[in-house]
Amino acid sequence: MKECDIKLYALSTCIHCRNTKEFLNECGVNYECVEVDKLEKEERAAILEEVKKLNPNCSFPTLIIGDKIIVGFKKEEIQEALKE
Amino acid sequence: MMDVEKLYEMLKEAQQKKGYFFNKDKKKVFELLEGLLLNRERYGYMCCPCRLAAEDREWDKDIICPCVYREADVMEYGSCYCNLYVSQEWNEGKIPSQFVPERRPVEKTLGKL
Repeated sequence: MKECDIKLYALSTCIHCRNTKEFLNECGVNYECVEVDKLEKEERAAILEEVKKLNPNCSFPTLIIGDKIIVGFKKEEIQEALKE
Repeated sequence: MMDVEKLYEMLKEAQQKKGYFFNKDKKKVFELLEGLLLNRERYGYMCCPCRLAAEDREWDKDIICPCVYREADVMEYGSCYCNLYVSQEWNEGKIPSQFVPERRPVEKTLGKL
């Protein structure tokens, strides 16, 4: 899996987002992580547009692995998606 | 800034009386409480650490911790959205720990973002 294929939209204070990060680190994959709560207004609005397209509920974590979108910390689904 | 330990003791007692228990994983609980304190500093109210604040106290009053969705989530899943407050059964492993879906209506989540 290429580095750019994994992107995580997270909140810095969210426990499920942290669990997702820890798990991705354990899996030893490279990923891009955006901490949405730390963004300034304009940047945040642009990122939220991205998130909405992937996850209409706009909840966190929203994780993209290739063409798979995983909402919430779901270990098995992440493992599955990483295999592909 | 209030000490996390102090907040933990204060909430633990008050919430236990209402039948809500902190997750037995104290490390995670402390991380969440730190998030709550950070949010109070950032926004002026203890917004749920697992949700994005609109930075509008009135609008976000449903997600000021403990959020209004806790009761239904603990009833249905044994845990609140953040796994901060849980039922005794959840802590004892009698209820499987599963992903608690977002119960807040999407209009509320996106309305002011």
